[in-house]
Amino acid sequence: MSALQAGDEAAFERLVDRYHASLLRVARLYVSSHAVAEEVAQETWLGVVNGIQRFEGRSSLKTWLFRILSNIAKTRGVREGRSVPFSALSPEDEGESVDPDRFRSADSERAPRHWAIPPAIWSTEPDERLLAGETRELILRTIDTLPPNQRAAIVLRDIEGFSSEEVRNELGVGETNQRVLLHRARSKVRQALEEYLGEPE
Amino acid sequence: MNTTLPEMPCQELVEVITDYLEGALSKRDRIRFEEHLAVCAKCREYMEQFRRTIQAVGSVREEDLDPQVRESLVAAFRGWRDG
Repeated sequence: MSALQAGDEAAFERLVDRYHASLLRVARLYVSSHAVAEEVAQETWLGVVNGIQRFEGRSSLKTWLFRILSNIAKTRGVREGRSVPFSALSPEDEGESVDPDRFRSADSERAPRHWAIPPAIWSTEPDERLLAGETRELILRTIDTLPPNQRAAIVLRDIEGFSSEEVRNELGVGETNQRVLLHRARSKVRQALEEYLGEPE
Repeated sequence: MNTTLPEMPCQELVEVITDYLEGALSKRDRIRFEEHLAVCAKCREYMEQFRRTIQAVGSVREEDLDPQVRESLVAAFRGWRDG
């Protein structure tokens, strides 16, 4: 940070390289299109440039950066009539996160609520395929179709590597709801991967 | 290992994996979770897939930055520095 304040261009470039894609992804949680997210990210960098001298290091650089981003992104989202009330769970955030038909019923005589249709074994070398382009596309597509709350939770926590506390601050949700949203999102991505990687019995 | 706690059925286990991973389960439920996992290969498979899912989601980051955008940002920085 002091390098930045001293005007070190390479330090700024490193920061841009490290965080620009993250800013885009997080901005996209608040605004309607990639183009607007790009504008928000660029505006954020201008905010950084203009604020460098005032930054006192009371928070981490990352926290500061994402705070600038959220303020800009939320304002844009509101202007688009699209403010997302992350703090409330919607009906689609509740109920089971795994299809109940995959389990024996609660009044089954044998093994109630145990697997009826167990998870399909994933093909032998999933780790290689996991990194392959198609799998990556599948994951991104699945995340895109999640309800906004759940999408936000998994993007921040599992893609951006925010801590649970950072996610709670960003979304203004409580600890329990953060876990509910994250769990739901992860469960749906796992289901999509099972359908893609699972070997038929 | 064998306690007198009621068994955690598979359908309950799949709902609390994130709670388990985050250390948010009560001690009682954590024991029920681990005892069930110890005897249920299907849930172990599910749990393993869940872990791999988290890992895979963490690997989708793509950091390609449009060189033009990058250049314009660096120019703004230069403008601030020299300006």
